[in-house]
Amino acid sequence: MNENPDIQAHQLLDNLSLYYGPKKKFVAICAGTGCRASGSLKVKEALEAELKKQNMNEVDVLATGCLGFCEKGPMVIVHPDKYFYQHVKVEDVPEIVSKTVAKGEIISRLVYRHPETQKTLYREEDLPFYKKQNRIVFGQNGMLDPSKIEAYFNIDGYQALAKVLSEMTPEDVINEVKKAGLRGRGGGGFPAAVKWEGVRRAHGEPKYVIANGDEGDPGAYMDRSLMEGNPHSVIEGMIIGAYAVGSNQGYIYVRNEYPLAVTHLTIALEAARQNGLLGKNILGTNFSFDIHINKGAGAFVCGESSALFASIEGRAGEPRAKYVHAVEKGLYDKPTVLNNVETWANVPLIINKGADWYASIGTEGSKGTKIFSLVGKINNTGLIEVPMGTTLYEIIYDMGGGIPNGRKFKAVQTGGPSGGCIPERLLDIPVDFDKLYEVGSMMGSGGMIVMDETSCMVDVARYFLEFLKEESCGKCVPCREGIRRMSDILEDICSGRGREGDIEILESMGAAIADGSLCALGGSAPNPVLSTIRYFREEYEAHIKEHRCPAGVCKALITYGIDAEKCTGCGVCVKVCATQAITGEKKKAHVIDKDKCTRCGACIQSCKFDAIKVK
Amino acid sequence: MEDIMVNMIIDGKNVSAPKGSMLLEAIRGAGISVPTLCAHEAVSRSGACRLCVVEIKKGNRTRIVTSCLYGVEEGLTVNTKSDRVLNVRRLVMELLLARCPESDLLQKMAKDMAVEPQARYAVDTDKGKCILCRSCVRVCEEVVGVSAIGLFSRGSYKEVGTPYNEKSDVCIGCGACVYVCPTGHIEMTSTGDKRKIWGRTFKMQACEKCGKFFAPVDQLKFISKKTGVPFKELTTCTECR
Amino acid sequence: MTNVTEIKQKTKQIIKKHKSNKSALIAVLQDIQEAFNYLPKEALKTASNMMKVPMSRVYEAATFYTAFSLKPRGKHIVKICKGTACHVRGAAILQDRFETTLGIKPGETTKDGKFSLETVNCVGACALGPVVVINTDYHGQVTINKVDKIIKKINNEEGAQQ
Repeated sequence: MNENPDIQAHQLLDNLSLYYGPKKKFVAICAGTGCRASGSLKVKEALEAELKKQNMNEVDVLATGCLGFCEKGPMVIVHPDKYFYQHVKVEDVPEIVSKTVAKGEIISRLVYRHPETQKTLYREEDLPFYKKQNRIVFGQNGMLDPSKIEAYFNIDGYQALAKVLSEMTPEDVINEVKKAGLRGRGGGGFPAAVKWEGVRRAHGEPKYVIANGDEGDPGAYMDRSLMEGNPHSVIEGMIIGAYAVGSNQGYIYVRNEYPLAVTHLTIALEAARQNGLLGKNILGTNFSFDIHINKGAGAFVCGESSALFASIEGRAGEPRAKYVHAVEKGLYDKPTVLNNVETWANVPLIINKGADWYASIGTEGSKGTKIFSLVGKINNTGLIEVPMGTTLYEIIYDMGGGIPNGRKFKAVQTGGPSGGCIPERLLDIPVDFDKLYEVGSMMGSGGMIVMDETSCMVDVARYFLEFLKEESCGKCVPCREGIRRMSDILEDICSGRGREGDIEILESMGAAIADGSLCALGGSAPNPVLSTIRYFREEYEAHIKEHRCPAGVCKALITYGIDAEKCTGCGVCVKVCATQAITGEKKKAHVIDKDKCTRCGACIQSCKFDAIKVK
Repeated sequence: MEDIMVNMIIDGKNVSAPKGSMLLEAIRGAGISVPTLCAHEAVSRSGACRLCVVEIKKGNRTRIVTSCLYGVEEGLTVNTKSDRVLNVRRLVMELLLARCPESDLLQKMAKDMAVEPQARYAVDTDKGKCILCRSCVRVCEEVVGVSAIGLFSRGSYKEVGTPYNEKSDVCIGCGACVYVCPTGHIEMTSTGDKRKIWGRTFKMQACEKCGKFFAPVDQLKFISKKTGVPFKELTTCTECR
Repeated sequence: MTNVTEIKQKTKQIIKKHKSNKSALIAVLQDIQEAFNYLPKEALKTASNMMKVPMSRVYEAATFYTAFSLKPRGKHIVKICKGTACHVRGAAILQDRFETTLGIKPGETTKDGKFSLETVNCVGACALGPVVVINTDYHGQVTINKVDKIIKKINNEEGAQQ
C-alpha cells in the first residue's frame, strides 16, 4: 500500500490505451451549457448516428466542455487537422462525415469567414478570436470529455499530484506557487501562496480547503465552463493545496444556477475516488483528503468568503462582522483556504511546468493568464484566455471582432457589480490587477460587458444598483439602506425626476457607503455609479437638466415615432402592440399615439422596414 | 490574573487597554464618546449599525473599522472624528431617520450628532421603529435560549418577527426582547392577568405574597424545566423574595 | 395535492439521507423544494424538529435564499435572465411582455397554476442573450415574437392534455 505515488500514477496511465494519439481521427463538439442551448446535443447524436451509418466506427465523437467561441456555436472541430466549423446544424452532419471526416475536404459554408478580408480560415488556431489568446488553462477543454477521467489522464492529468506526493514537501509546494506569483482569480487578487502559508501556520484543526464556484457576477461564466468542461483540473489543484496546508476536508461551493457543473463535478469526484486520487491514502501515501459539493441557493453575497462559510454551515449567508481572517478562523472558525475555481485550475500547471515558466507569462505584478468573458455589444461573444498585460483594445477589437451593426464602442464594464466602466480613451491600458484599480475599476472575476452608443450609462448604473439592492444581505445599515436610497435616486434620474444636486449626493453617499459597509458587496457597490459619473457625467446632466436620454434607452425620456417615408403600412406592429397605441390604414403610413405608447419595444423588434424611430 | 496591556494613541492621547478588549471600551474608557445602537451589554456584538466606526492607522495603512468588534492592538493610532468617520456616522443617521421617522431615540441621537434628516430620502411608513440591530434576536437566542424570533428575508425586505408571522410555540413571553430593543419597536401590552407579545396572549402568574402579576406562567414553567427548580418555588416576584 | 402525512414522510426521508446534520440544512431545503416544487410549512416544521434547529433559524434560511419559494409554484417556471449581457440586449423588454401577457409579476404564479415568473441572475449562456429558461429548457436570442410563441405553445400543450 505504501508504493511510491509517482509509480502509482504512471501505472494508472499505462493501464489505459492512449485515448487520443496525434494521428487519431475524432470529432469534437462543444457540449457546454451555451452550445447545448443552441442544440449541440442533437448535433452530437446526429454525428454518432451518421458515423455508424457510414461504417466509420473507429472515429469517436468527443463531447467537450465550453470551447470559448460561444458566438459561433454549435461548433464542431474535426481532428487531427483541427478544422473548425461554426453554426453547425443537424442537416450539415452527413456532409461533415462524408466529406471532412472521411476525406479531409472542407465545406466552405460552415467555415469561419473574416468579416473584413472575407478570407476563409479553417483551422482553429488561425481564427483571430483564438490567435492572440494563450489558452494554457482553458485550452484543455478541447481535448476532454469532462465525464471521463481517462481523458484527463491522457493530457497528463494528476501527474502534478503524483510529483507533489512523491518529490515535494508541503513547504516546497508553497514555495513553488509563491515563486510563480499566482494571485487569486476571483476578484481579490490576493497572493495564493501567502494565504496557504497562513493556513499552514495557523492553529486549529481540522483545516479546510474550499473552491469558490459561486460565480455571481452577471455576464461572467468562466468558472462555470471550467467546472463543466475540466472539473479534474480544479480537483487536482485542491488536492495539491490541501497537501500543502495540511487539510483533509475540502468543499466546492457551486452556484445553484449551474446544474451541469454540479453533475460533472460529482462524476469527476467519484472517478477520482475510484482511482485512489481522493479519499484515504491518496496514491498510497498517508495523505487523505476528500471533497464535498455544496450548492448555492440564489444569493450573490455568498461569493463573499464569510457568507460562503455561513452557507456551508447551514445558515443564512450573512457575512461576519468580526475582524478575523479566514486563514485563522474560517469555516466552523477553523483555518481555511478559500480560492476561486480558476485559481485552483492553475495549480497543476505550475507544478507540472514550473514556477519559472508560469512567471514568464504576464506582467511584473500579475503573472500568468486570465480567462475573461467577453459579452454584450460585441461581435465575438465568448470566453478568452489571455496573458495578463494584454490591452483592452486587443481584447475588444482583435479577439472580440469589434462592435456589431456598425456601431461605435462606448464603454466596457469590468469587475461586474463591484467594478467600473472604462471609456474609449483608456482602451490601451494593459489588463492586470493593479492597472484596472488605477482607473477606478477592477478585474473582478473576469466579466467584460461591452457597450455601444445605444447603451445608456445612467441606466447601467441603475441596473447594477438594482441588482445589488436585491442581493444585499441586509445586515448593515450603509448597504441595506444606502444602496436602496442610491437606487431610488438613479430611478428618479432615469424617469425624468432627477434633481439638481443629485450627482453630488450620489458622490457623497458613495464614499460613506464604501467606507461604512460591513463587507465588499456594500463596500464596492458605489463603484459602477462613481465610475459612470467620472467618465460620463454629461449623460447624467442631460437626464437631470434636460430630461433627455442621449442613448435613447430610458423609457420615460424617449418617444417612439414612425418614419412616414419608410412605413409601408403592413400592420405588423399594430398586432404586437399591447396597448393598441398604433393606428393606420392598410398600406398607408401608421402613427403611434404617444400617450398610449409604453415604449416596450415590441414594434421596433417586429418592424422589417426600420420605420420606427426613438427620439 | 494579570492583564497584558497594549498602548495606543487615540485622538492624540496615550491610552492603555487590556489585550483582548475592544477599541470601543478603550475609547470610552479614555473619556471619548462614541455613538452606538446595536451594541448591548446583554448580548454578543453585532456590528450591524456601523455607527461606532473609527479610523485606525497601522504603519502606512488607514482603515475604517467598527470599534465594537476591533480588538485593541499595540501601536495602533485611532482617530474617532476624522472626516471619513463623521461621514459614515452622518450617513447612517440620515438613513435610519428616513427608515424610522417616528423614533424619538433616533431623533435625539441625530440632534446630538448635529445631523439633519436628508430631504432627498422619502421616509418609510412601514418599518415602525425597527433598525434591524438584531439585539432582540440575539437575546432570545443567547440568553433565553428559545430562538422564538428571527430576522427573515434579506436586504431591504429584512424584518424581525416570528416564523410565518404566526404565534410562536416556543416564546415564553419573558419580554427580554423588549428590554434590549433600543427604539422600543417591539409591542408588549399588559392588561390585568394577560400579556400580549408577538401575537400571542400569555396568562400571567400572580405573586403569592403581593398578588402583583409579574411573569407569564409559561416563562416560569420554562425556568422550572431548565433549572430543575419546582414550579411552586418560582411563584414569588423578585421584590417579595 | 400532497397531504400533510406524505409531506412529513418525504421530509423525514430527505433528512435521514443527510444524516440529520445541522450543517446540511440548505441541502435539505433544496431537496424539499425539489420534491414539492416549494417549501411546505409542514416540511419546515419536520426539519426543525428532526434536525434540532429552531424554527426561526429554518425560516431564516428559507426566506434568505431566493432559490426557495414558500408558496406553491406553477407547472412551468419561466426564468428570465437578468444578467448584464442579457440586460444590454434588451431583457427588460421581454420581462414586460411576460408580465403583461401572463398578468403576473416575478415571484408570482398565475391563478390557473400554469406559469410562475421569476428572474435569475446570469445563467452563463451570454452569447445567446437575451436568455429565458423554462423549467430546464434554455431559449436564446428571445424576441417579443418568441415570447408570444412560447406562451402560446405551452398553453396549447396544456389544452391538448386536458
